Amino acid sequence: MKKITRRQALGTAAGALTAAGATAAVIKVSGSSSPGADPKGAAAASSPGPIPTGTIDEVYEGRRIQIGFGGGEHQGGHHSPGLPTVRIDGNELHVMRNADGSWVSVVNHYQTFPDPVAVVRAAVRDLQGAALAPFGPTGSTS
Amino acid sequence: MTVRKNQAALTAEEKRAFTNALLELKRTGSYDRFVTTHNGFIMGDTDSGDRVGHRSPSFLPWHRRFLLEFEAALQKVDPKVSLPYWDWTVDRTSRSSLWAADFLGGTGRARDGQVMDGPFAYATGKFNVNVRVDGRAYLRRALGEGVAELPTKAEVESVLAMPVYDMAPWNSSSNGFRNHLEGWRGANLHNRVHVWVGGQMATGVSPNDPVFWMHHAYIDKLWAEWQARNPKSTYLPAAGTANVVDLHDTMRPWNDVTPADMLDHRKFYTFDTEPVPAAASQR
Repeated sequence: MKKITRRQALGTAAGALTAAGATAAVIKVSGSSSPGADPKGAAAASSPGPIPTGTIDEVYEGRRIQIGFGGGEHQGGHHSPGLPTVRIDGNELHVMRNADGSWVSVVNHYQTFPDPVAVVRAAVRDLQGAALAPFGPTGSTS
Repeated sequence: MTVRKNQAALTAEEKRAFTNALLELKRTGSYDRFVTTHNGFIMGDTDSGDRVGHRSPSFLPWHRRFLLEFEAALQKVDPKVSLPYWDWTVDRTSRSSLWAADFLGGTGRARDGQVMDGPFAYATGKFNVNVRVDGRAYLRRALGEGVAELPTKAEVESVLAMPVYDMAPWNSSSNGFRNHLEGWRGANLHNRVHVWVGGQMATGVSPNDPVFWMHHAYIDKLWAEWQARNPKSTYLPAAGTANVVDLHDTMRPWNDVTPADMLDHRKFYTFDTEPVPAAASQR
């Protein structure tokens, strides 16, 4: 297993990593391409960079975070095509990419984050140990 | 005619009637259906695809219609009740009477964010969070923790001064009044208030917190203020826009109501202080 920083993994702005605050996380990156093309980071106001490919698998504050950048492939989630599948302890987190390249999740929907790692870590902090519920909340009709 | 009042001006009896009506909608299951609808749109509205409730021009008329439906449900319980609005430029701390135990209850405790007082605290057994994105069934808040300050009056004024309702690409990257009010761009008004409250209010199931309705009633009032100040401006786009609700397109989930139907709030309710038109001929 090769240890690399989140910055190398995703090509994101360093500020996001500071905000995320973890140094103990173990990250495993696989997949072919090296997404580092946008040094300004995904939070840049115009031209969002490409969605990264590969996978991220780390433990953050005691929770297993898995991000699969399927490049449009569906990995069993309910999300829009082209978005990564994001899981916390095996349960999928609904995430969305904004037009400016920033990200939100259903747990932090009104606040934007520069990349998928930042948005899933924010969700872990908010959850305070609680398990994600399946998509289509209880009683869903929509 | 329904009159929507500033929450700070409600009498003790009006507060009691409002919270009792909320608890009754919760008991019957009606309340949770509104939460489900909202989260469905939160997850379905995307910048590059179909978008109706959020990050699009119809954010304002969609929520006006959504609040009207909710208010009608409240009034079936108690005809005297109307939706109060929360002017967070004035009542901007966790010490506001809004958060007192006789109204919405206060912020969450440090350990787990759980709201411990007021009519909506989990321990009452009357307000379980059923439509949720995680396992926690208790109402949570973290007032002022996600972001330190609520928007100021000056920030609101700067957004009300924007003369164009909305602009292409009609999403979270747009310039114009709608997106600045929604908060994806600029000073950040509506979105920031959700973050300031924290807990469920920061999530897709934000209507689980009753303050959702008072926050959106004020956003709705700011739309009316904007109309009064910009009488020559109107809803955009007018027609023929892919993935976006044009002026005369119908909006999901109702499919029988258009933004044009929602432009004049006075057909449905008035405010305790009506916006003063900038010119004699509004719209």
